[in-house]
Amino acid sequence: MFLYVFRRLLTAIPTMFVIVTLAFFLIRVAPGGPFNQERGLSPEIKANLEAQFGLNDPIWLQYVNYLKNLLHGNFGPSYNLPDFTVTELFANGLPISVQLGLSALVLALAVGTVLGIVAALNQNKLGDYSVIALATAGSTIPTFVIAPVIQLLFGLTWKLLPIGGWGDGAWINKIGPILTLSLPQIAIVARLMRGSMIESLRSNHIRTARALGLSDWSVVVKHALRGAVLPIVSYAGPAAAALLTGSIIVETIFAIPGIGRYFVDAALNRDYTLVMGTVVVIALFTIAFNLIVDILYAFFDPRVRYD
Amino acid sequence: MAGETILSVKDLRVRFRTLDGVVEAVKGIHLHVDAGETVAVVGESGSGKSQTMMAAMSLLASNGEATGAVDYRGKNLLTLGKSELNKVRGRKISMIFQEPMTSLDPLYTIGNQLMEPIRKHRGLSGAAARAEALRLLELVKIPDPERRLKSYPHEMSGGQRQRVMIAMALANDPDILIADEPTTALDVTIQAQILTLLAELQRKLGMAIVFITHDLGIVRRFADRVYVMRYGEVVEEGKADELFANPQHDYTKMLLAAEPTGRKAPPAANAPILLEGRNVEVEFKIGGGFLAGPPMLLRAVDRISIMLKQRQTIGIVGESGSGKSTLGRALLRLLPSQGTIRFGNKDLSKADRADMRPLRRELQLVFQDPFGSLSPRMTVGQIITEGLLVHEPSLSSKERDNRAVEALREVGLSPETRNRYPHEFSGGQRQRIAIARAMILKPKVVVLDEPTSALDRSVQKQIVELLRKLQADHDLSYLFISHDLAVVRAMSDYIIVMKQGKIVEEGPTEEIFGAPREAYTKTLMAAAIDETKFRQSA
Amino acid sequence: MFSLFYLIAMATVCIVGPFFVPHQYTTIYADYVRTPPSLSAYPKPEMIETAMNDAVKRMRVDVKEWRQEGERVFITVTSSKPLDERNIRYLDRSDTFDDGKLESTSADGLTAVMSASIKQQYFLFGTDNTGRDLLSRTLMAGRISLAIGLLAGIVAVVIGVIYGATAGFMGGKTDEVMMRIVDVLYSLPFIFFVIMLVVFFGRNFVLMFLAVGAVLWLDMARIVRGQALSIRRQEYVQAAEALGVRSRGIVQRHVIPNLLGPVVIYMTLLVPQVIILESFLSFLGLGVQEPMTSWGVLISVGAKNIGTANWLLLFPAFFLVSTLFALNFIGDGLRDALDPKDR
Repeated sequence: MFLYVFRRLLTAIPTMFVIVTLAFFLIRVAPGGPFNQERGLSPEIKANLEAQFGLNDPIWLQYVNYLKNLLHGNFGPSYNLPDFTVTELFANGLPISVQLGLSALVLALAVGTVLGIVAALNQNKLGDYSVIALATAGSTIPTFVIAPVIQLLFGLTWKLLPIGGWGDGAWINKIGPILTLSLPQIAIVARLMRGSMIESLRSNHIRTARALGLSDWSVVVKHALRGAVLPIVSYAGPAAAALLTGSIIVETIFAIPGIGRYFVDAALNRDYTLVMGTVVVIALFTIAFNLIVDILYAFFDPRVRYD
Repeated sequence: MAGETILSVKDLRVRFRTLDGVVEAVKGIHLHVDAGETVAVVGESGSGKSQTMMAAMSLLASNGEATGAVDYRGKNLLTLGKSELNKVRGRKISMIFQEPMTSLDPLYTIGNQLMEPIRKHRGLSGAAARAEALRLLELVKIPDPERRLKSYPHEMSGGQRQRVMIAMALANDPDILIADEPTTALDVTIQAQILTLLAELQRKLGMAIVFITHDLGIVRRFADRVYVMRYGEVVEEGKADELFANPQHDYTKMLLAAEPTGRKAPPAANAPILLEGRNVEVEFKIGGGFLAGPPMLLRAVDRISIMLKQRQTIGIVGESGSGKSTLGRALLRLLPSQGTIRFGNKDLSKADRADMRPLRRELQLVFQDPFGSLSPRMTVGQIITEGLLVHEPSLSSKERDNRAVEALREVGLSPETRNRYPHEFSGGQRQRIAIARAMILKPKVVVLDEPTSALDRSVQKQIVELLRKLQADHDLSYLFISHDLAVVRAMSDYIIVMKQGKIVEEGPTEEIFGAPREAYTKTLMAAAIDETKFRQSA
Repeated sequence: MFSLFYLIAMATVCIVGPFFVPHQYTTIYADYVRTPPSLSAYPKPEMIETAMNDAVKRMRVDVKEWRQEGERVFITVTSSKPLDERNIRYLDRSDTFDDGKLESTSADGLTAVMSASIKQQYFLFGTDNTGRDLLSRTLMAGRISLAIGLLAGIVAVVIGVIYGATAGFMGGKTDEVMMRIVDVLYSLPFIFFVIMLVVFFGRNFVLMFLAVGAVLWLDMARIVRGQALSIRRQEYVQAAEALGVRSRGIVQRHVIPNLLGPVVIYMTLLVPQVIILESFLSFLGLGVQEPMTSWGVLISVGAKNIGTANWLLLFPAFFLVSTLFALNFIGDGLRDALDPKDR
């Protein structure tokens, strides 16, 4: 097992390298640069700035320098938010995004799993249909509709929650964003869980367990559930990576100072270092969570062995 | 050994709600089981034999519903509450199933699964339950039981898993063991071992066995009493000996006569050799690839030589994994192989797809699965005339249609069926369509890959007779691949026995059946056609 | 079934509707900025005076008195300078009045009576921040969103089917390389990809949906490849090979008909994805540009104004969500109908 993890970590290095390289050159190929926007910078100042950030060096040199810095954990300065380094921006924003994303993930897994099981055990009955209806709604209505509707209902009409803002992390400010983030996930998890639970309950070994006179609890929880959880585990990895790195929609609508907004802004402003930083962070999260999922998988399913 | 009646089924009806309305699978049947006896419930697919017992155990699918009564020692199992029911299920009545590969939970060890019903029903401590599990594994003769307790199901073979299933079912010393086609998914030699084990355990433990099966051979050797079911009804019941000796109902008579009979005469000694393979070898690569090291080589067919004469039928016999199907395909050059293959006076060894194309019409193939081998989105007419598009492209669509009519008549199907789609036909009819597709090209050699294995016995017999008739009418040569020795015996005049890619023994059919030389052939024969009883009835 | 009718109705309304709505989606009604939706006609009584005062103010004259008689208003105005009769045009220019006339002028030319008929206007969905009719805008947006959904869906399906089918049929090394490329593209953050494309192509409507389609083909390619591989392994394909049928015949008669089902199903599920993606990009300001509009643009505007004008969010959101629902139901229905396993 340790050997496996070690090997996976080793293969992560070339993957990271490919992603960083690809992202680096892609963003450079795009027309425009960080200082050619409608800023009204005089040509001298622009030239100065470009020289200062080494943007006049040949591209391969910039690339090598960037890699060197990256290896030292230095993401470089942000071109458009000149008072901050990229590292500082992440240090401020990432904990907020992670906090919201993690809460939403935990909520989605807990609620979604329970709903899915309830639906599967009441297949084609009222409980099932309500869960299906909820899941369909949750996965059909886009986030950018859910978020303003939550604002409208809870914030404006009933005045239960603030309309937006971070409020220095007051819990009441987190409810709206967490709800918005988790609703679609709840829907997906519930759907997945329902499907895999129904299939699991239909399988032959469940029939065996019933024929042996085992209690419903043992049949459902010990035998059916453990097998049915596997698709959720595989889903949760990529979902966690996406949730924890922030959502531009939610952070924009609720005015949350996370890192989700950086990516689009940075790409549009050609803030090369910030774009790269975001790509690296997202890729790191993705690789890490995929590894965690694989380890969990082996824990749940003895047929999977890594050696 | 007839004891008191412990289980009686009265006016049992089983209905399923389906999209096409309510389907009644079991239509008011009565049957009973006495202590210690062996009762067989026999029927072909769709007879409702399995659903009867599923209903008795409250294991019906969620869209199923049972009415009537299933009395076990005075308790009606159909109306019993869940917890009461679970004191009977697995404790007094237990059940083993057809699918040993999937009937155990893949996520838990054998030991864990064995101990669970023991602890549940007898309230034993962990250590005591473990000792009991160990004893049970020894009882069902699993080697190295101590280690097996820690194994997972995927680490065991089908036969071993079925033994574990039996151990689980017998864990609480039940009154009745219901065995639902327990050997159907297993190779013949393993089948015999499992049946012997069941008979032995019954002698030792004295439980009653309800044996659900389609295989009359097993019933004859195993059961005290027999119920014959068709379309959800019991058409005949009685003592096994009497029923076999003197069947009353037409359906029973038909079933008993369904064993393929007749023998095929060998071809004339001077018949020309049509298809010849010399030292044919097929290798498969398993695994391997980037970063995974070199692939493993599996030699599925290992230097096999074979000569097929005109009008001859060579039966290729073997258990799963013996390479018999692979050999058949290699001889038709559908798989890459080494060695020499000749057809008539042409050397096929180096022939590629284009070279083979004109020869395809003379070398045909019929598959085992009558459902998978017909394209679901083509009509029967399109399916059987597809070969004509390739080999007789000059035919007009009218002429092709005439040929289709002719071919369907020849395999005993109404020509009107040619505009329908495969899913509207039964398994036997589909197999006739597949045969028609091969025959329309007027081939010389047909490889028949388990063409009867997916069919009911009575249908098998018809297909066997059809194939023999076609052979006689058109001077065909067959390569008949099957694990079913009764069918092989009725079809072939020469037999090759294969095991792990090699020929174990070969010779004329009567010699192989009458006086097998090799030990493996003997076991195979014993398992398949031995008529001695597994158990002595009282 | 209901979903299908709903979708057809929605498409018809969006395509034909703008011709019947009396307002152009670009026309700005300065008098009617952010008017709430209403079934009765505008102007409301209290709005007449405001509108009149606005118009009269532009004439740089004063209102002495005014009265309304049925559909017309009569205004008596005074001024310190002689009145120019061309001032009437200020009344006509207003969105509220029509058919302005000079009824009479006093002898000194300093007082005049003007009349104008009140223009009856319906704004069923209200108007937006700049006074444009939301109904016509929502319908126009629907055209764009549905068109993008369909076209990008087709682009994705065409690329995906060709790529996936090629990989599935070539098999072996080719397949491995082609699928590895798909894996790499998958591992790039999806939004990164879209934004790069938008940055490259600029904010162009046509290129936009090409870009969206070009991103969404990945799933299609995987599905088609999987299907192609599994069909290739089917016994009926082996049977055709044993008959000597050429590859082309196998593809024509066996593979394509059996691939069609999953492709159609996936396409109906893909269209809502595209619509969401387009809306998402428009929401970020990367998609369709003003004065063109799409549901995403409208929702984005609505989300910014929920405090003061919630209809700006609710109407487009309802149109978008109900269409997505209908599409998803059709997709699910088709899948159930074609998948024999669930029956």
